[in-house]
Amino acid sequence: MAHAAAMSHPQEAYENPLTPGWGKLMMWIFLCSDAMSFVGLLAAYGAVRLGSSDWPIPSTRLDVPLTALNTFILICSSVTMVKALSAIRRGDRKGLVLWLLGTIAGGSAFLGIQAFEWTHQIVVEGLSIKTSLFGATFFILTGFHGCHVLSGVIYLSCIAIRGARGGYTAEQNSPVEIAGLYWHFVDLIWILVFTFVYLIS
Amino acid sequence: MSSDAKEHAEPNYWGVWLALLVLTIIELAVAKAPVPKAFMVFSLCALALAKAALVAAYFMHLKFEKYALILIVLSPLLLSAILYIGLVPDAITHLHWIAP
Repeated sequence: MAHAAAMSHPQEAYENPLTPGWGKLMMWIFLCSDAMSFVGLLAAYGAVRLGSSDWPIPSTRLDVPLTALNTFILICSSVTMVKALSAIRRGDRKGLVLWLLGTIAGGSAFLGIQAFEWTHQIVVEGLSIKTSLFGATFFILTGFHGCHVLSGVIYLSCIAIRGARGGYTAEQNSPVEIAGLYWHFVDLIWILVFTFVYLIS
Repeated sequence: MSSDAKEHAEPNYWGVWLALLVLTIIELAVAKAPVPKAFMVFSLCALALAKAALVAAYFMHLKFEKYALILIVLSPLLLSAILYIGLVPDAITHLHWIAP
């Protein structure tokens, strides 16, 4: 039946590469390749840590409670992101912008807390990317992820501005969904980084 | 792809949020508990993967996507598992060869 339908409507058998469906698929493929970057970094982290004779206990060197709060903030920002998408799917443009602003605020708070932690580690603790493998892996992993959060905040700001100008409707909202995929991916990666870098001792 | 995704009711996002919060609290408790190291590492990895799966399934709507897309997205996991398995013997046999 499906084949017969495709034959009667040949244009449906070959989806236009510029349709929203392709945009979403491309984001998924990008996220898969980006995930492999993090997998490589985490694998290197694991190998270096296993090979080290006296790796510091993370909780004695890093601020775990503060970072747990940061994890909580990022998880909350994922909820505000899905609420933004739900809002525009109902045609609620104001809701879209407000929930997006909440997500951007969450991402900005995450970056602020991470900047505070980095400053503390560098200035007070004397930790740097050169001092030890512990420092190198810490700054590379959290820094690479932080770049993703910063990119996400900029990305979502663009979506929010377009949303405020009425660029999305209940029918045309796939850019919001695609941006959401990126944001949730950033959250997902942080869940893993938090466990491996901060919690496992 | 939007049209390919299965029609579904909106998931209970606050329920997922609560589950992630509870799992994070359990993680913090396990990290501080006086338990054998192997148990702690295994538990924390399992909890982190459970949280990641919740985010992917509900927030990223992977649970409601077409089967083909789920396969495409999950295939890198197999590759990463091979990478980790390949690295483990090397890391273990060279224990204590790297300065901290």
